Amino acid sequence: MKVLDFLLRTRGRQRLHWTDVLTYVYLFVGLFMMFAPVLWLFASSFKTESAIGQFPPTFLPYSQKTVIVAGHEKPLPLFSVELDGGQQREMAQVSRMGILATMVDVAKPQDTVQVNINQRKPVYELKFAWSNYTDLFGKFTFGTYLWNSVFITVVATLLTLLFNSMAAFALSKYRFKGQKSVFLLIIATLMIPPTIILVPVFLVINQVGLLNNLWGVILPAVATPTGVFLLRQYMLTIPDELIEAARMDHASEWRIYWRIVLPLSAPALAVLAIFSVMWRWNDFLLPLIVLSQSEHFTLQLALNSFQGELNTQWNYLLAMTVITLLPVTLVFAFLQRYITTGIASAGVK
Amino acid sequence: MRFLSFFFDLLEPFFRLGQRWLGLSRLGWLFVAPNLLVIGVFTFLPILINIVYATTGGVNLFPFERPFTGTENFQILFECRNYLDLSTCRKDVFWRAIGNTLKFSVLQVGLMVLVSLITALVLNRKIMGRGFWRGVYFYPVLLSPVVVALIWKWLLQSQGVFNAGLVTAGMTPIEWLTDAGWAFFWTVFVSIWAHMGFYTLILLAGLQAIPRDLYEAAAMDRASPWRALTRITLPLLMPNLIVVLVLAAIRAVQVFDEVFVLTGGGPGSATTFIVQFIYQTGFAEQIHLYGLAAAASLALAAFLVVLTLAQLRLTRASEAGQKGR
Repeated sequence: MKVLDFLLRTRGRQRLHWTDVLTYVYLFVGLFMMFAPVLWLFASSFKTESAIGQFPPTFLPYSQKTVIVAGHEKPLPLFSVELDGGQQREMAQVSRMGILATMVDVAKPQDTVQVNINQRKPVYELKFAWSNYTDLFGKFTFGTYLWNSVFITVVATLLTLLFNSMAAFALSKYRFKGQKSVFLLIIATLMIPPTIILVPVFLVINQVGLLNNLWGVILPAVATPTGVFLLRQYMLTIPDELIEAARMDHASEWRIYWRIVLPLSAPALAVLAIFSVMWRWNDFLLPLIVLSQSEHFTLQLALNSFQGELNTQWNYLLAMTVITLLPVTLVFAFLQRYITTGIASAGVK
Repeated sequence: MRFLSFFFDLLEPFFRLGQRWLGLSRLGWLFVAPNLLVIGVFTFLPILINIVYATTGGVNLFPFERPFTGTENFQILFECRNYLDLSTCRKDVFWRAIGNTLKFSVLQVGLMVLVSLITALVLNRKIMGRGFWRGVYFYPVLLSPVVVALIWKWLLQSQGVFNAGLVTAGMTPIEWLTDAGWAFFWTVFVSIWAHMGFYTLILLAGLQAIPRDLYEAAAMDRASPWRALTRITLPLLMPNLIVVLVLAAIRAVQVFDEVFVLTGGGPGSATTFIVQFIYQTGFAEQIHLYGLAAAASLALAAFLVVLTLAQLRLTRASEAGQKGR
């Protein structure tokens, strides 16, 4: 009972109620459910090809130790062998036929012993296969995929910020005929999911000659209703007097837009930038139909086509997945507060 | 920074000219023009073309070179000789996709909203490090569908952790993704795992807007926590719950990417959903049947319109109910 008292003590005078205990149990189970799969993937991405095939799998990248034995070109797998006398010895395997394995002592490469395969156990060591990551850049055109993804994300985000802030400026700071309809028209696109106009979007992109072109993924994505809405709501809070004062000083409207309104909207622009980066980095369906040649693949498309292959090279695929989720994870770690408040206030994703 | 101002200065003369020609009252159009151009070309024009596609046949990509076939595409999709037996339908895969999508949506939305609600209630309690815990559930929301699918594919593959667990417990391993029933279960599970954080957040925002003194008053009246939940929390959370339900339903009906990578729609057509049907008919198969794909997307659009109207109805009803109280 004393132990329980101690565990349930809190900083205040109150003890933890049983519902509080339940709450924390729920939270920790949730923590495990949400992060364990990702951690498992991360740890697995350091496994060598042979370790990947092991069953049952281990969390850490253990793989069988190999040794170089004189007289053999390739490194040989190391086993712990139980010899007839009941004595344990570490030996390398030269060859195996059926249930008999030919083993050799590392120190005395001339003497070979035949043992039953049930008498030996593999010797494991912790080995991080960094080559899973470094090979990506040499063996595959991974650099191209990475570049395509980065290019699309950066350019589309910059254009999104520019186009959406221009529209938001006009919709919040001007009074012109048809303004309301324009706003409604832009917001209405929220109701039109990209999945239902897939075929004609493909046609339009084909007709403007942007098929298999990174711009074919960038352009359709730069006019986001969410962005216009977010920025307009923010710009409405900027006092009109500032703009009037600038007009008195004969500043052109364009100057007012980018010298006064844009810098003042920085917080909203930051939120939109974070969203846009994530949207574009994670985009799948549009790139899938627009970019069909592998030299234009984004990371997401490359992952998809890799996993669809007959013999999936999981060690490379896992490393690639980790690189793909890295930027988003960093954004999450450092900017989580902006995102969650952004969603809670605007209700958009 | 210098590059930025150079870029903006470059555009200045253009807008000065516009200002002189259009005058201040119409200059707004110049500012919204890029946005309108993009949504016009890539959203509204496609909607019109979609109708052309749906009513024409053949394999030609150019809408005006396609022979007019009227409602034939819809007939192909919807006609069955016997509506009680799916295999007599002209496109039985379409019907299966609809059935799968409905089953998926009901299960996924129902379970996810329940889990999100519980999580939001837990997060709304007095807990240490609430910001941290709120983030925990939100992390998978940020991951791309492809990454989400690959994470789970790795765990569920025949040599994965789940089977290792089964074998260690002395059971026979299961082919999680090639057994029809299990594959369907995992599509629902994975999609809940990936999206619940978003809905939890909206519900949490709703919970935090409920005035604290209501609970104090309830405690004063010795109302049980359960009563406080059913009589205060849930009724006041109703508007948020409706939004969450409808948003989740609209998304669930359009499920595609995660499942496409996780199971590829299989085994057979056990996890083939409507959007994948559209993608396959229009783009993936040997002959690209654009007309059929467009007709299917119009059917999907009609369904989404119904969902949206239902939301408007429900929100209005719940608002009226609140006023009446």
